[in-house]
Formats: sequence, C-alpha cells, structure tokens
Amino acid sequence: MVGVFLRLVGRELTLALRGSIGTLMTVVFFVIAVTLFPLGVGPELGLLSRIAPGAVWVAALLAALLSLDRLFVADHEDGSLEQLMLGTLPLELVVLAKTVAHWLTTGLPLAVAAPVLALLLNMSVDGLVILVVSLLLGTPILSLIGAVGAALTVGLRRGSALIALLVLPLYVPVLIFGVGAVEGAVLDVGVHANLSILAGGLVGAVVLGPLAAAAALRMTVE
Amino acid sequence: MACIRGERPVFSGVSFSLDPGGALALVGPNGAGKSSLLRILCGLLRPAGGTLAWDGAAVDEDWAAHRQRLHYVGHLDAVKPTLTVAENLDDWARFRGAARAAIDALQALGIENLADVPGRFLSAGQRRRLSLARLVATPAPLWLLDEPTVTLDAESAARVATMIAAHRADGGMVIVATHGEIALDGANRLDLGVHGVPADMLLADQEAKPEDDAW
Amino acid sequence: MATRATRRGRAGWTSIHFFANPARFLRVARAVYPWAAGATAGLIVAGLVLGLYVAPPDYQQGDAYRIIFVHVPAAWMSLFVYVVIALCSAASLIWRHPLADLVAKSSAPVGAVFTFITLLSGSLWGQPMWGTWWVWDARLTSMLVLFFLYLGYIALHAAFDDPAKGARVAAVLALVGVVNVPIVKFSVDWWNTLHQPATISKIDAPSIDSSMVAPLLLMAAGFMAYYLTVLIPRVRAEIASRRIRNLRLAQVSR
Repeated sequence: MVGVFLRLVGRELTLALRGSIGTLMTVVFFVIAVTLFPLGVGPELGLLSRIAPGAVWVAALLAALLSLDRLFVADHEDGSLEQLMLGTLPLELVVLAKTVAHWLTTGLPLAVAAPVLALLLNMSVDGLVILVVSLLLGTPILSLIGAVGAALTVGLRRGSALIALLVLPLYVPVLIFGVGAVEGAVLDVGVHANLSILAGGLVGAVVLGPLAAAAALRMTVE
Repeated sequence: MACIRGERPVFSGVSFSLDPGGALALVGPNGAGKSSLLRILCGLLRPAGGTLAWDGAAVDEDWAAHRQRLHYVGHLDAVKPTLTVAENLDDWARFRGAARAAIDALQALGIENLADVPGRFLSAGQRRRLSLARLVATPAPLWLLDEPTVTLDAESAARVATMIAAHRADGGMVIVATHGEIALDGANRLDLGVHGVPADMLLADQEAKPEDDAW
Repeated sequence: MATRATRRGRAGWTSIHFFANPARFLRVARAVYPWAAGATAGLIVAGLVLGLYVAPPDYQQGDAYRIIFVHVPAAWMSLFVYVVIALCSAASLIWRHPLADLVAKSSAPVGAVFTFITLLSGSLWGQPMWGTWWVWDARLTSMLVLFFLYLGYIALHAAFDDPAKGARVAAVLALVGVVNVPIVKFSVDWWNTLHQPATISKIDAPSIDSSMVAPLLLMAAGFMAYYLTVLIPRVRAEIASRRIRNLRLAQVSR
C-alpha cells in the first residue's frame, strides 16, 4: 500500500513537471503579488518591514489557492479519478497522495522563494528563517484544506471561483499563526507558541482533511 | 434494484444473475440507465434500493474486495496526455496492486508499437484501445464495459470480441452496455428500456417506499 | 460464483424516516406557527420597551449601549443557527434524514442575516464609541469570518443542479465549517491580543445591571421565536417545491 501511495505521488509529480507551466506560474504569481505591495503602499523601508510578514503570507496564501481548482478536476474530466476510486488505495490515501504532490509543487517552492521576496520588503534575517519555517508548516495545511474545497466543487461548471469562497475563510487561522510567528521573530518576542499551534494544526489537518475530502468526492463523483 | 439518477428514477425492478463464463448485454435506448447500472455494479454510484451480491454475500460488506475483482471501462479513457502508453498502462496496473502490467496487454489490442508514444498523440480509437488494454494488464474476473467498441474500427472491435471470448473461456464474466455492435455468443440480454419495465413492478417499487409518496 | 442483483424495498430506513415524515412535520408546523409568530411579536415588543425605556442609560456610554439589545442576541443567534445547520447536516449524512436537509438549507439565509445584523449593529455602535464605523475587534472579526462561511455554504448549496446532491455536499462543508468556527475564534482572539493595545475596550455589555439583563434575555427569546417563525414557512416551501419536482419527474418518466 505504501508502494502504491508513493507511486501515485510520483505520478502526480511527473504530470506536474511534464504537464504545463502551472507549477512555475504559482511562484511567478507569488513574486508579482509581493512586488505589488511596495508599489501600493510606497517604498518607505520602515513601513515595508512592518507589513512584510503579512504581505508575504497573504501572497503565499493566494498563490496556493491558484492551482487548487485543477487538483481533482483534471482527473475527473479524463476518467482517472473514477479509476483511482476503483483501485486498491483507499480514497482517503488517494486524496492525501494528491495533496502531498500538490504541496511539493506549490507550497514547497513558495517557501523556497519567500526569503528572497521578504528581503525585498526589508525583513530582518531572524524573520527570514522563521518565515520559511512557518511556511513549511503552514502551506501543507493550506493544501489539505484546499483539497476539501476542491473535492466539494468537482463537477461544477464554475468551481474555481467557488473554491476561493469556501476555502479562504478556513485559511484565516493559518494566516494568523503564520504571520504571528514571523512577527514574533522580528520583534523578538518568541515564536514557539505560534509555531506549535501551526504544527498542531498540521497534524489535525492531515487526519481530518483527507477524510472530509474523500467523503466529498464520493458524493460529487457519481 | 432501483436507480435514481439526478432525481429521476431511471429504472427499477431490475434483477439478474450471472454465472462464471457468462455474459450479459445491457441494451436499451439512450437514458435507459445502462451506464448507471454499470456504475452501480462497480460501486461508483449508490443504488436507490436493492442489493448486489457476489457468491451469495452482499457486496456492501466489503467494497474493497469487490473492487479488486472487477474492471470498469467507462466512457472516459483515463489516459494522461503527458504519459506514454506504457506508463499509462503500468500506472493503472500498479494502482490495482499488481507489480507491473502484463506484457501482452498492448499486443492484445494491437498497440504494442505505440508503447513509447505520449498519450496526447493518440487518436480516439487508440486511446480507447489503451483503456481496454487495462483488462488484460491485470486479471479480474468481472469486466464491466460501457460501449467498449464505440470508437473502434472493425479490426479492433474483433480483437475486443476475441478478448472477451478468451476471458469467458477462462471462467470470467462480462457485462457490456451496447447498442448491439459487439458480438457476444450466448449472452443474456437485459433490456433497460423504460417500456421494458413492467408496470406492476414500478408500482410495487413505489409501495416499498411509502415515505416518498408523502413528498 | 455469481453476480446477482435483486430488488428490495428500503425497509431498513423506515424506522428513521418515521421521524422525518413530512406530513407529520407539516401538521406540527401548522400548529406551532401561530404561537411562534405571536411569541416573536410579544417578546420583541416587551424587550424593546424594557430595553429602550425602562433600563437606565449606561454611565459611560449613555444611550448608545442600548444597541446591545439587538447586537448580542443577533450574535448568539448567528452561532446558534450555524450549529443547527451542522447538526442537521450530520443527521442528513448519517441517517439520510430528508427533513434535516431542508431545515439546514432553510436556516442558512436566516443565519446569514443574523450575522449581518450583528456586523451592522456592531459597526453602528463603533461610531459613537470610537468615532469610526469599523473596528477590527476580535468578536466582530470572528463574526465577519462566520458571515463568509455562511455565504460559502449558501453558494455551494445553490451550485448543484440536483438539490439532493447539493444538500449532501453542502452538509460536508457545514461539518468542516463547524470544526473550524472555534479555531477561527481562537485565532482571531490571539491575533487581536497581539495587535491591539489594551486602550480600546471591547464590545462588552458594560457593567451589566439587572435591569439590562431582563430585556437582553427577552430579546434573545424573541429572536429565537423569530427564527422559528421564518423557518417554518421556508421549510414548507421547500417541501412543496420537492413535491412539485417529484410530480414533474413522475410525469416525465411515465
């Protein structure tokens, strides 16, 4: 079963790498979105370093949202999803495998790109490290919650707009604790509480997210 | 067994059984529920009522085991455009728990020369043949085929008929939704046409669920 | 070895469907409706009279505080209705209880309106208190997120052509949402303590006097009765529209 799981993750990665420029697009969107903030609020360094944690996190959150609508829809349209549902791997693990692949192609590149962008916003070095850590803990939660939203809207004609409405309110806690950790580092008031909560949230999301997404898929794919 | 699809009762009072080596041809006009019945049989769709049994045991008790003993080929071919023919086939074999796809699967459908071609270059008929190659790639006693030959030329359709005959000779079972394009020797026919359902069966079915009358 | 499919009624469900019988619901609803409507009018009038005339003005906020008699019950109701939706969703997923679907669906716009009233009254309160129409107060922010959750639920429900399928899918969302409501609340409180200096007092009922408790509870009871009063016709309309659909479908399939 572990072999099948890894095989599915590998297949998804292959598809993402061979497929389109979708993966690259997420990071490019992230870069452009962050650079809009100085243009919007002005280049004053003090102000930029104050909004840097929030700006980077909000941009990352929106970028993670970008590719969600294809998570199940592509497989639904070509019949792969129903074949996966008929395979040996339980649907919950199918969801988890696809989510892991989604994170590896969106969340992980975002976390890698984030420090460079944060430098553009005048973030201190202490903040950079925690920014990466908080993104590494937080973006998997975004992918897992996003998978639920994607599963709920499979088969709908205008699913992608709906996903944003369903998922963004649920992203609020991730945003708060992610930004909280980075601000804690920048202001040197401690980051452990925020990071622990993010880690706890990740554990909860890994357990509950695939359950809810699989339940939703069983209903939307008939 | 009854089916409600998109709120519409598609069919009801359908009953059949199949023995090893047997074949069942589902016939009926468009919208009669041939595809829905196949999806119920593989567990993708939940029936509105009725039971599905294998060897006398209700399938409800163990869907995982049931999925292992069937192949379903629907209208969609499940072929990824960026994966080669061999990769596509191999993936589906692995997702069914097999170590690898049987080598002769592509030969059985005459597409062994396409093994390294990415899916996006295949014609509709070739994609369909790749999809049908799954049947041979990993063994399963029950084949559920939804209009399997619809995009195929005469030669390929004949190959499929040969495959089915060989499968049945080995004791396998086949249920095919068809408009009669495919030859099935000695197959039972199940007509799902709306007018094929006796009126008293429809009534009896409604009496069985009085709560619906209240709506 | 044989694949066999036989026809059988849904005998196993009847015991649960007994409680979901729409005819039974309609009988009860018809009896309850005038009482609920009367209670709504009586309780709200009594609550307003006590709240606006009898209760003394607050020594700090003057008369402005009186908006809590709308704001606080509306906030309670928005949470209460969301929990009702989640419970009904669970009932509908676990027992396929058809009436639960309809109650959940009918409740959502009512709950959304309660949430909107909470936001609106909170915003109006902010003007005399802090001289601004919106404060990122922890409770108001949580309510804003709750409002978005309501909108998502309603939108998802409406996105499906088949209402039965829409109901099942939206039920999953409601359950996911109700797990998240406390987490959102906790995170927003956390965020608020991080960012807000303690100078701004929260929207709290300030130094509650017993003459303020009575109108508050009366208004809360009145809002509850109002919820029932609008819920009953909505559910009846849903039942009627299901019936019409079934009649049409029967027409098509004969």
